[in-house]
Amino acid sequence: MRAYFDHVATNPLDPRVLEAMLPYFKDEFGNAQSVYDLGLRARDAIELARQRVASLINCKPSEIIFTSSGAEANNFAIRGIALARQNRGKHIMVSRVEHHSILNSARFLERSGFEVTFLPVDNYGMVDPETVKKFITKETTLISIIHASSEVGTIQPLKEIGKIAKEHDIVFHTDAVSSTGNIPVDVQELGVDLLSLAANQFYGPKGAGALYVREGLRIVPLIYGGVQEGGRRAGTENVPAIVGMGVAAELAKEELIERMAHVKGLRDRLVVGLTSHIEDIQYTGHPQERLPGHASFLVEYIEGEAMLLMLAHKGIYAASGSACSSKALKASPVLLSMGIPSHLAQGSVVFTLGKDNTLEEVEYCIEEFPKIVERLREISPFKKGWQQAV
Amino acid sequence: MYSQKLMEHFLSPKNVGEIPDADGVGGEGNPVCGDVMKVYIKVEDDKIVDAKFQTFGCGAAIAVSSMITEMAKGKTIEEALKISKEAIAEALDGLPPQKMHCSNLGADALKKAIQDYLSKRKTSEDVN
Repeated sequence: MRAYFDHVATNPLDPRVLEAMLPYFKDEFGNAQSVYDLGLRARDAIELARQRVASLINCKPSEIIFTSSGAEANNFAIRGIALARQNRGKHIMVSRVEHHSILNSARFLERSGFEVTFLPVDNYGMVDPETVKKFITKETTLISIIHASSEVGTIQPLKEIGKIAKEHDIVFHTDAVSSTGNIPVDVQELGVDLLSLAANQFYGPKGAGALYVREGLRIVPLIYGGVQEGGRRAGTENVPAIVGMGVAAELAKEELIERMAHVKGLRDRLVVGLTSHIEDIQYTGHPQERLPGHASFLVEYIEGEAMLLMLAHKGIYAASGSACSSKALKASPVLLSMGIPSHLAQGSVVFTLGKDNTLEEVEYCIEEFPKIVERLREISPFKKGWQQAV
Repeated sequence: MYSQKLMEHFLSPKNVGEIPDADGVGGEGNPVCGDVMKVYIKVEDDKIVDAKFQTFGCGAAIAVSSMITEMAKGKTIEEALKISKEAIAEALDGLPPQKMHCSNLGADALKKAIQDYLSKRKTSEDVN
């Protein structure tokens, strides 16, 4: 059996999305900037996609800028706003549980003479709005807080933080890559000025992202060139990917409630199944305020990459925040900033469910994963507890 | 990322466990960094007759532990001390560059187990 439980890495492409994209790889190959019919049809297709994406997050189509990825949208937002507002001040705030595309953009600004506050989080990985308030200075121009953590699933209190930002005339951005298309995301309700999203997180193609920029807000481009995207993001438009993103957005909007109920049911079964069959396992992230298909754990005395490989050997695909499972060989900064000690962070394992997963797959995982844990604990010198030193 | 040979040693590691009356025990690594290896050896007439391991770590760390205990068995103390991290990696048909430290850890754990044996032997010789 194959059970794909790594939807935070990427979602599979919905066949209906693929179908809609195909003509734009073939006969409809025109450049959307061309004046003749082939170009006009490509441009129309992009504008339809823009409407669909705007409708998913409740904004105007003109407030959507297409990008190549969620990471580009995040880079664009952080640098573009910090630079556009640097005459007002040179202080920005991001949380410590951001994606690398936010953290490293913030560090770039830090090296370029900006002051950056990396906001602490509680044991659930949640930012306290009161903490945000405490660090605001007259120089603060931008706050960026992730909507939902891909590593622990926790959903941040954006509405409260948005209110605080507004009171202080600070621009508010959220990285909603892992939430958009998976839970309701409404830019008006959240009170955000900018929002990043990516199509491959809601069954669209890779290489398609977008940044919502509230009307009237000035942003410095990341990519200079032609007139595409109103001159704010140059480069020949990736028409098939944008079309795919539009269709995926429309489907996500239509099927959102149904998908949420489905993955939540499976997730709850998985959590109960695994925690009742495995000793010394902790559920990480917020128990309620979290993505519905997200189950993250710390399994004591064993290491994440070894778990992932054994799971993959059984056809089960998952993720981990352990040092050895990362290219950088460092334990996840998200887990560490939540106060989880390094040795426990090594045992991180994350299952993220999707609309096409079945109860049968979940039951298969509940049957196989405890055996894998037992096998790895047999090998581990810590099988009897951490105190058993080397 | 990993060779087939490495995956075999990871999925079906050889020599897992403790030797309760081991002649030498060596540990290396730190759970904070993600890898801990513990190697046990049994020595007769200057020859390693049995070797076992316990490892907390990634796939490569477990495969390295399995391989090093296999390589150590049947070797004299002098020969076993010469097992290099490169030799372990080669025996596993290569290791990804970022996992080379795992073979280092394995070689060091075995060396520590041998040193433990040698120091114990020295103590008992002194007593006799």
